[in-house]
Amino acid sequence: MMRIPVLFPLGLAVLWLVLTESLSPGHILLGLAVGFGMVLSFQKLRPVRPRPKRWHVAIRLALMVLIDIIKSNIAVGRVVLGLTGGRTVKSEFLDIPLDLRDPHGLSVLAMILTATPGTVWSGLAKDSSMLRLHVLDLQDPDAWIRTIKTRYERPLIQIFEGERSE
Amino acid sequence: MMPELPLWAALPAAVLLIVGGLLTLIGSIGLLRLPNFFMRIHSVSMGNSLGVGCVLLASMLIASALAHRPVIHELLITVFMVFTAPITMIVLMQAAIKRTKPPRK
Repeated sequence: MMRIPVLFPLGLAVLWLVLTESLSPGHILLGLAVGFGMVLSFQKLRPVRPRPKRWHVAIRLALMVLIDIIKSNIAVGRVVLGLTGGRTVKSEFLDIPLDLRDPHGLSVLAMILTATPGTVWSGLAKDSSMLRLHVLDLQDPDAWIRTIKTRYERPLIQIFEGERSE
Repeated sequence: MMPELPLWAALPAAVLLIVGGLLTLIGSIGLLRLPNFFMRIHSVSMGNSLGVGCVLLASMLIASALAHRPVIHELLITVFMVFTAPITMIVLMQAAIKRTKPPRK
């Protein structure tokens, strides 16, 4: 099955145009050539094609991640400066059962969790059923699991595995 | 000589730079204060996420104000940071797990 991908090369072309800061026809052409050339020549390396759906969910997720990054920056800052109100900081590993199976969804989840201060992705079970996370300040494991499953995993399932969601 | 910078750009840019610098500083202080690797890795990502975000936003503001047109290629730095920084951290984490007995109860 040889379908020519469109979205990714177009994205690369836009990247090229932003990088060169121009909209001249020459640069548009060059960007498209680089984008399509790269994606087509690398296709063998990407056996599974992502099929993202529901862009409005993706935009909402991005905004949510932005808010969470700001919040967790403040939280981690408080831990570093010792402003936790006297309680001890419990830094531990946390195992989270996952329903998400799409490799692209999983990599986005890894990116979100690691880019957010306070949590670092530290491993995935062979069958991607269990995610191990290191949390800087783990107070209520169940609340963490709930938050991650509803805030991040559900939208990612909707985006990357559209047909399975309700 | 610095060209004249309009106030609407200078003020928010200054605030952003201070906030970003403070966040990065606190993150670096964490490197000194926190007791083990697994905790220290979290404090670094403060400067890596919001710290760098604030500085890039300030840079976009100043550059746009000086050039009298939107200058947005700093966005690319953000994109590349968001894509690459987690990979480094995940690899470091894996290495740390392999090499040490993690502090678990």
